[in-house]
Amino acid sequence: MTEHELIWRIAGGSGDGIDSTSQNFTKALMRTGLDVFTHRHYPSRIRGGHTYVEVRAADHAVKSRGDGYDFLLALGDSFARNPQASGEAYYGNEEVKPLSENLDELREGGVIVYDEGLLDTDEVENFDERVEENDWHVYPLDLRGLAREHGREIMRNTAGVAATAALIGMSTEIFEELMSDSMSGEMLDTNVEVLEEAYREVSEMDFSHDLEVPTGSHDEEQVLLNGSHAVAYGALDEGCRFISGYPMTPWTDVFTIMTQHLPAVGGISEQVEDEIAAASLAIGASHAGVKAMSGSSGGGFALMSEPLGLAEMTETPLVLVEAMRAGPSTGMPTKPEQADLEHILYTSQGDSNRVVFAPSTVREAYEQSREAFRVAYDYQIPTVIVIDQKLSGELASVPASHFDREPNADLGSVLTEDEIQEAAHHASGTFNRFQHDPENGVSPRTIPGQKDGRFLASGNEHTPQGHIEEDPDNRVAQVDRRSRKLEAIRDDLDGQDHSNQTYYGPEDAEHGIMVWGSQQGSVEEAVDRLNDQGHSVKALGVSDLMPYPKKEVTEFLESVDECLVVEMNVTAQFRGLTQKELGRFGETMSSLLKYNGNPFEPAEIVEGFEIQVNGGDEPPTAQTRIEPAAGD
Amino acid sequence: MSKSFSAIGAAAQDDEIDREAFTPGIEPQATWCPGCGDFGVLKALKGAMPEVGRTPDETLLVTGIGCSGKLSSYFESYGFHSIHGRSLPVARAAKLANPGLEVIAAGGDGDGYGIGGNHFMHTARENHDMTYIVFNNEIFGLTKGQTSPTSPKGHESKTQPHGSAKDPIRPLSMALSSGASYIARTAAVNPRQATEILTEAMEHDGFAHIDFLTQCPTWNKDAKQYVPYTDVQQSDDYDFDVHDRREAAEMMHETEDKLYEGEVLTGRFYVDEDRHSYGEEKRSTGEMPEQPLAERYFDDDYDWERSYDLLDAHK
Ligand SMILES: Cc1ncc(C[n+]2csc(CCOP(=O)(O)OP(=O)(O)O)c2C)c(N)n1
Ligand code: SF4
Repeated sequence: MTEHELIWRIAGGSGDGIDSTSQNFTKALMRTGLDVFTHRHYPSRIRGGHTYVEVRAADHAVKSRGDGYDFLLALGDSFARNPQASGEAYYGNEEVKPLSENLDELREGGVIVYDEGLLDTDEVENFDERVEENDWHVYPLDLRGLAREHGREIMRNTAGVAATAALIGMSTEIFEELMSDSMSGEMLDTNVEVLEEAYREVSEMDFSHDLEVPTGSHDEEQVLLNGSHAVAYGALDEGCRFISGYPMTPWTDVFTIMTQHLPAVGGISEQVEDEIAAASLAIGASHAGVKAMSGSSGGGFALMSEPLGLAEMTETPLVLVEAMRAGPSTGMPTKPEQADLEHILYTSQGDSNRVVFAPSTVREAYEQSREAFRVAYDYQIPTVIVIDQKLSGELASVPASHFDREPNADLGSVLTEDEIQEAAHHASGTFNRFQHDPENGVSPRTIPGQKDGRFLASGNEHTPQGHIEEDPDNRVAQVDRRSRKLEAIRDDLDGQDHSNQTYYGPEDAEHGIMVWGSQQGSVEEAVDRLNDQGHSVKALGVSDLMPYPKKEVTEFLESVDECLVVEMNVTAQFRGLTQKELGRFGETMSSLLKYNGNPFEPAEIVEGFEIQVNGGDEPPTAQTRIEPAAGD
Repeated sequence: MSKSFSAIGAAAQDDEIDREAFTPGIEPQATWCPGCGDFGVLKALKGAMPEVGRTPDETLLVTGIGCSGKLSSYFESYGFHSIHGRSLPVARAAKLANPGLEVIAAGGDGDGYGIGGNHFMHTARENHDMTYIVFNNEIFGLTKGQTSPTSPKGHESKTQPHGSAKDPIRPLSMALSSGASYIARTAAVNPRQATEILTEAMEHDGFAHIDFLTQCPTWNKDAKQYVPYTDVQQSDDYDFDVHDRREAAEMMHETEDKLYEGEVLTGRFYVDEDRHSYGEEKRSTGEMPEQPLAERYFDDDYDWERSYDLLDAHK
């Protein structure tokens, strides 16, 4: 705990409204001028089950959930109880209670507010001893009673937020503002009454803690978005107007957001019978001249493997999202992991090419979502945007100006009707859709309905006119042409005014940490701490996975003595990819791995790094694992 | 109409379209065996297109994988030769993206009723405005003669050496119960009826399913697809109302049994002119734009919406 930041955790049963309450609270903190970042933990069930959301707010940039937290608001598990016969367990026999479950990570000097109408400290082993030991400050409040008295029981979240505000020195105004954004009438009035009443009651209490909300100010207007929103908004801005999907956590978020907005902008969303259909529909729409996307999570993406190859072979632009969760099979639906990397890189048969982007932050998710469309349509190739359950659901404050850009609805390498007349035609008059010669491999296409642009797209190997053909020379020419695209794309990405790779820390540092995707923020925080402790460390976050940024990674690895590769899987997939792509560095890279369903905390990376530097291979904590370098 | 799709609608009024327009300039070497029923489908389709008044440029033919899937190679139009069983999802999205296109999907009985069965059910259910031709030869042709979903019970093949223990599926009934609004069966041995039915199917506003009996002389000499058939619309013995769901269902059931007993009945089995196509339904709920979406990308004056305008909810 510092005066510069606060980490607040709200915990309770799934269905308690934890999500919406925490979102509002986060927004309120953002509106006071703080940078915010959230971490969501929820079980794979609809009602009941323990869930919490952590909100980290600081007067400086926040990049991860941080380690531990300062303030616990423990609600009950109301929805797990029978509303009629109050107190009766209704959905299962919940052993996990918001109070006992959350204490392990509460920092010294932290604050606990709990709903004494539903929770009892007697249930928590050695509660009083632990409170004393850790110098916790405990405020039992009858949130349920308060809400019932001034409104409805369901509003005890509001009472809890009011209590928090009173205890950390925030005013209620900002919450009232937020409430009036989303409700009206009696609903609003009673909520405001509960808010004010709870605030008043708590303000009158004696406080023993010295925890306060930091003060901050933004230079620019901020917005609160998660990774799914960023991917969806990037897609919309790049002219995507067709989405097809089948629900699967956590991909469903992107799908839902797109579905919510598409009709208003004249777009089409289709929930279809399965993921094979979903990807195939996106191909059909794209073939017919619309920017289209589909996506799924691990298992659903597995079903898309054949359509993915079809898009490559027919050179139909296609953008897929893969929102990873822990696998294999249905694995852990609500827990993040980065273990689908190889699946995404190599799924589908044959020498197939695709472009893979793995954004690491909400900002980058928007950036790379746009890039994924641009590349798919310019190069007529499938692109995959890889996010994970963490990035998809975490909220972060981002300057609104980040999204203030021109839309781009350009279909890429498509001919106009005038151009078709001049384009290469076979003696028969047929348009040569799949010419062998283009330098960057991209042979411009036409859209069904355009005059004289007829061609046959085929998943079988084909001639320049699109007819099935197994002639060896034609095969080699077509494979070579399609393969040239990846080199051209690498050059194109390198030539952008921004790199998708993120460098962090002092340029001349001795040690390196490499990371991909959503774990980058935690790594950056760890790098700061390590350098403060006297180490010499820098980090490289890689977000372009295919084509692999060979030059950048090679330079980075050559510039350090050794490198720790941080990722959330057990098979060190990203490190394996790096070794495969670069053909060396086996002796200088070791891995810090985590696969328990929770993302890395900066402290775990700090510990892991120290062990690596000291030459050990003992796990830094029971929850992570060190995979030594090949030569060790 | 946007300049980029000038093909659509224009030619139909101005020029005569003849069947030769649908014959590729460089006809790829036919891989179909002599005597294959697939030739009959091709012929009938080429015959139907001028009747419908469609040009090759405004037609999209999406096929699956199988001997039947090669149809798109021998038919001059925009084509998409997709993967096994997936012609329907590709085709229906193309229709949603550009309703101006004449969209036809085609594939075999293995392709359409086996691996693609789920898509068949759902595409019929949604009643997309398109035509779906299933080449029903009661066998897997391209993979060399395995038992297919329409092979009769007891059918022996290398993969079912003891004879199939399964009853064949009932494609017409399946289409009906799934929601198709036009259902017919025709046969390659009679291109005249087939042409008529294909024409009607394309003119129909909704999902038109055609179970097209085709013979496979190479792997399935026993099938009944060669024998003369009875047109249920021409025969007084089969008096039923094609607009009546119940009567149609009964007729289909009877027909589906009779096929394996040697009596081949063809014709229209169900026509529902009142049901709205999926596109219309989607437009009426505001889920689909009036103007073909694909046109917008060629419209230089269109003012593309930006996500920036959605950010208020995030402030
Ligand atoms: C996913 C997949 N499974 C299997 C195959 C192999 N395959 C190609 S065609 C075919 C069956 C063709 O039978 P049918 O659909 O009845 O068409 P026909 O050849 O008789 O016209 C099969 C199994 C494939 N291409 N893809
Ligand atoms: S195998 Fe049968 S279906 Fe295939 S081309 Fe030959 S006759 Fe036709």
